[in-house]
Amino acid sequence: MADAITLTIDSRPATVASGTTVAAAIAGVTRLSVSGQLRAPLCGMGVCQECRVTINGRAHVLSCQTLCRPGMDVQTGAVA
Amino acid sequence: MTQFFDILIVGAGPAGLAAANAAASASRRIAIIDDNPLAGGQIWRGGPARQQDQRARLLWQALQAASNVTFLAGTRVLMQTQPGELLVQDAEQACTIRYNQLILATGARELLLPFPGWTLPGVTGAGGLQALAKGGYPVQGKRVVVAGTGPLLLAVAATLKERGAIVAAIVEQAGMPALARFAAGLALTPGKAVQAAKLGVALRGIPYYANSYVTTARGDVQLTSVQVQRKGAKLDIECDYLACGYGLLPNTELALALGCEVAQGAVKTDPWQRTSVPNVLCAGEGTGVGGVDLALAEGRIAGLAACGEGVPQELLTERAQWQGFAARLARAFAPREELRKLAQADTIVCRCEDVCHDELREHASWRSAKLHTRCGMGPCQGRICGNATDFLYGWRPDAVRTPISPARAGSIITLEPHKET
Repeated sequence: MADAITLTIDSRPATVASGTTVAAAIAGVTRLSVSGQLRAPLCGMGVCQECRVTINGRAHVLSCQTLCRPGMDVQTGAVA
Repeated sequence: MTQFFDILIVGAGPAGLAAANAAASASRRIAIIDDNPLAGGQIWRGGPARQQDQRARLLWQALQAASNVTFLAGTRVLMQTQPGELLVQDAEQACTIRYNQLILATGARELLLPFPGWTLPGVTGAGGLQALAKGGYPVQGKRVVVAGTGPLLLAVAATLKERGAIVAAIVEQAGMPALARFAAGLALTPGKAVQAAKLGVALRGIPYYANSYVTTARGDVQLTSVQVQRKGAKLDIECDYLACGYGLLPNTELALALGCEVAQGAVKTDPWQRTSVPNVLCAGEGTGVGGVDLALAEGRIAGLAACGEGVPQELLTERAQWQGFAARLARAFAPREELRKLAQADTIVCRCEDVCHDELREHASWRSAKLHTRCGMGPCQGRICGNATDFLYGWRPDAVRTPISPARAGSIITLEPHKET
């Protein structure tokens, strides 16, 4: 990929095409619900909040509305 | 920090872009804000410059060339601080924006209804998976069931197929008589008929089950199959994703927060797209779901009206034509009664607070359910479960609370005390 971006998701490197959302880079579980269930993106458009993750230390960022940037550090709630 | 614009437009979908374009020639200072990283809204997601629809490209070109139009991406409205001023935040900071005229072009969201298994990873909205796929969500080689209702399902299936997904089936809850009536009505809007025919060709070979609906999503930690109710029989379909949405509903939170009159879930407007609140207009799906053509017509009218310019009669006629389409759409694809019965006792209805159907159904109202169960009190602020509980139990949510989106404490703290409302 000529316009590839490398970022870190749950301490593992990931490489995606430029223009990819963080939700797409994760492509799976984004958080644990209040009763401990696995959750992944639902609405895809910034409404449901299921896709929220921690990006560069900032909590509750909607991964479906955030584009991947080089060196970004993404923490999902999937790992305790 | 406070910025000022003559016309502030919230939402960079077709309505917002059309409004900005119509207003731009009047040399007003205009800003468009949108919570997505790129303009285009949902239908032109990924940026208007990259769309097949020429109208998107032309609008964007014109706006890029206009020196009086500012686009604020990744920016979300939190609240009104005083009449004529909104508090907004982006990924880094908050600021206030003052305006003379405000045009709400906040679009729509999907009606997502609870059924057993709908919280499993792999279950998304219909437009939801389309939006995710446009953002690079990997669907290539994945088996997908597209379900719910409305012509959006066909567009979703086409996008997914284009991106290499295997669409296992399209499951439409509307019955054949309603679908046939809707198809016949397309003769009144030839553009839509052509679009439907093209989609038909693109989707050739994909099973289309009318009068059918998904009853259950199954899987341990991830979706593996769905059960479909079809012609009195149950049908199991293996899949990696279920994209299920029961039509679109206007986003009215900001309008409600500003005090605009809302009826039947849509913002009420006069013939010039003006809401009940002075200097606040509304265009596009917020006034009632009608699709891109209606949104473009309403946006243009709102843009002209916000500048105090006259609106040509042919534009009003065009809007009326698309309003007719919107009414036929709503009639044909109204969600069926059986969908109210899908949630079981232990099916989660409020996904933010994990509140189940049996905890909710004993309550008489949204307020009672909120007070006793926390339903609707999580980060989505009832945007998903509020529509579901309206459909399941007939509850009307209370007045909207501000901030209307989850806000960083720092965004609120920066407000000067005299600006609090």
